[in-house]
Amino acid sequence: MKANSIKDKFTNLKANKPLRQDLITYAIVIFAYLLIRILDMAGMVNSQLNGLLVPICVYAILAVSLNLTVGILGELSLGHAGFMCVGAFTSAFFSKCMVEAIPLAIVRFPVAILIGAVCAGLFGVLIGIPVLRLKGDYLAIVTLAFGEIIKNIINTINIGRDSNGLHFSMKSAMDLGMEKDGVFLIKGAMGITGTPGDSNFTIGVILLLITLFVVLNMVRSRDGRAIMAIRDNVIAAESVGINITKYKLLTFAISAALAGMAGALYAHNLGSLTATPKTFGYNMSIMILVYVVLGGIGNIRGSMIAAIILYVLPEMLRGLQTYRMLIYAVVLIVMMIYNWAPKSIAWRETHSAKDLLAKVKGVVASKSKKGGN
Amino acid sequence: MALLEVNNLGISFGGLRAVDDFSISIEKGQLYGLIGPNGAGKTTVFNLLTGVYKPNVGIIKLDGQDITGKKTIDVNRAGIARTFQNIRLFGKLSVIDNVKVGLHNQMGYSVFASILRLPSFRKVEAQLQERALEILKVFDLDKEAEVLASNLPYGKQRKLEICRALATNPKLLLLDEPAAGMNPMETLELMETIRFVRDHFDMTILLIEHDMKLVSGICEELTVLNFGRILCQGKTSDVLNNPEVIKAYLGE
Ligand SMILES: Nc1ncnc2c1ncn2[C@@H]1O[C@H](COP(=O)(O)OP(=O)(O)OP(=O)(O)O)[C@@H](O)[C@H]1O
Ligand SMILES: [Mg+2]
Repeated sequence: MKANSIKDKFTNLKANKPLRQDLITYAIVIFAYLLIRILDMAGMVNSQLNGLLVPICVYAILAVSLNLTVGILGELSLGHAGFMCVGAFTSAFFSKCMVEAIPLAIVRFPVAILIGAVCAGLFGVLIGIPVLRLKGDYLAIVTLAFGEIIKNIINTINIGRDSNGLHFSMKSAMDLGMEKDGVFLIKGAMGITGTPGDSNFTIGVILLLITLFVVLNMVRSRDGRAIMAIRDNVIAAESVGINITKYKLLTFAISAALAGMAGALYAHNLGSLTATPKTFGYNMSIMILVYVVLGGIGNIRGSMIAAIILYVLPEMLRGLQTYRMLIYAVVLIVMMIYNWAPKSIAWRETHSAKDLLAKVKGVVASKSKKGGN
Repeated sequence: MALLEVNNLGISFGGLRAVDDFSISIEKGQLYGLIGPNGAGKTTVFNLLTGVYKPNVGIIKLDGQDITGKKTIDVNRAGIARTFQNIRLFGKLSVIDNVKVGLHNQMGYSVFASILRLPSFRKVEAQLQERALEILKVFDLDKEAEVLASNLPYGKQRKLEICRALATNPKLLLLDEPAAGMNPMETLELMETIRFVRDHFDMTILLIEHDMKLVSGICEELTVLNFGRILCQGKTSDVLNNPEVIKAYLGE
């Protein structure tokens, strides 16, 4: 009876371990947020760092959400910036249209974020459909092409509004044929200007927490297990009745919706939004993938931390001019080795913080025993 | 009425007639063996029964329901679960999570419940944990519940595959060479376990096996396949004494 209850406690403890890990992840975010806030009040956050705070949240959300596709579902996607782009433009378009109708940012911005997320999520389903038939390299190429297509289409869209209503053209801004009082909402390659600057660090952190909450809770559930089962062995997953189609589409939709949310955050942090290769091209998609790979594929907290370090580092090193990229490259290599080299993995397994603690406890215990004798 | 009723099943790969005119009838609660030399088409029969391959001809009926040509997941939902000759576990999931994936369609909650951690999530997860441990206990795997499946020794991986298949609550269990790679001690133990599963879960089992000791020890009836065709079918003792079967196994 007694042995049984102890064993029950033991299994309970193990079952709760992932939960504790998740709480640590949330705690890290909240602690970092409070730290920055305190430093800010003490006047220790310079304007350069201040400008990085919202983008940090954007890239952390992107990395965490991409890890859902790459690490948990195990499908290589190179179009994540495309989903972000959809979220950015749809949300910014909404805000620009509604800036007079809904003057309160606290009402308008959540709706804008939701619209960005839903639109990006719909595109996620759309892209998820070919994913059902493609694997590996082929899928990577399709998603990469998707990102580029999205970016290029957005560059050709012109939308304006005048007393007659909305005007739309894929040719040029002149083709809109607006009255004198007309205003451009989206102006081709010039994108959207004058989006209300609703984003701030606090909202960024809240969105990051929401992302972590959604992804972590999903991973540690029946659905997460089904998705990881598909990753580990599709044939076996089918043989136990897992609906592969449903779960692949679901994963792509959620991953894309979260990227869309990051896009909304990004768009409302800038005065003007343009779909340039630098912001939404495949370079950006690959950058996010680098965060995921270096943070550890399937490791949600790792993605977040890698995104923060690897985004902030090159910005901080700007003063060092020529050595900047060199240092950045070295950091990339070191992180790669730390995360993926078999020897490093083995070392970490034998030297984990928990074992160290156990060792210390053991030493203390043996000493006190000796003292007792 | 038989639980599994298969008539004139056949499939070709290119010019190769891998399975031809295959018929079998298995009663509820039976322990049935499918044997034959390498490449005879045994695994292909399993793949046909579970919808991995679509047959060119033939009918498969489970419990009176026609399941010919159904998709793998629908076949599983209709009540057939299987293990694989080359083990296919979810390697990066823990042992217990492998079983919980098997329980996927038995107990559930919505995606919203999992993301928002609604009460239904907690309740069902507790049930899942309990049920999964119960199944693992039958195979003496409950102590390894939190171990990664890929870190289990070979013999235990085979057992875990059976656990996962059982978790889907099937009417018919297909085992593809469950004793492959096991030592004689483990094989003996496995024989006991298979019998126990049949009695305890009220299960019908069709198994492929090369180990004649296991086959003659636990199977009540046998079908022998050779070059995709049925060579002999009937009571185990009769089949194993059939001169044609002995010839097929020992060669000319
Ligand atoms: N998908 C496939 N495409 C082409 N040929 C196949 C395919 N699957 C099986 N075969 C062929 O069908 C024949 C039967 O194969 P099967 O795997 O069913 O044999 P088996 O009886 O299970 O043999 P073993 O005892 O070695 O497992 C073999 O000649 C094999 O090469
Ligand atoms: Mg075989």
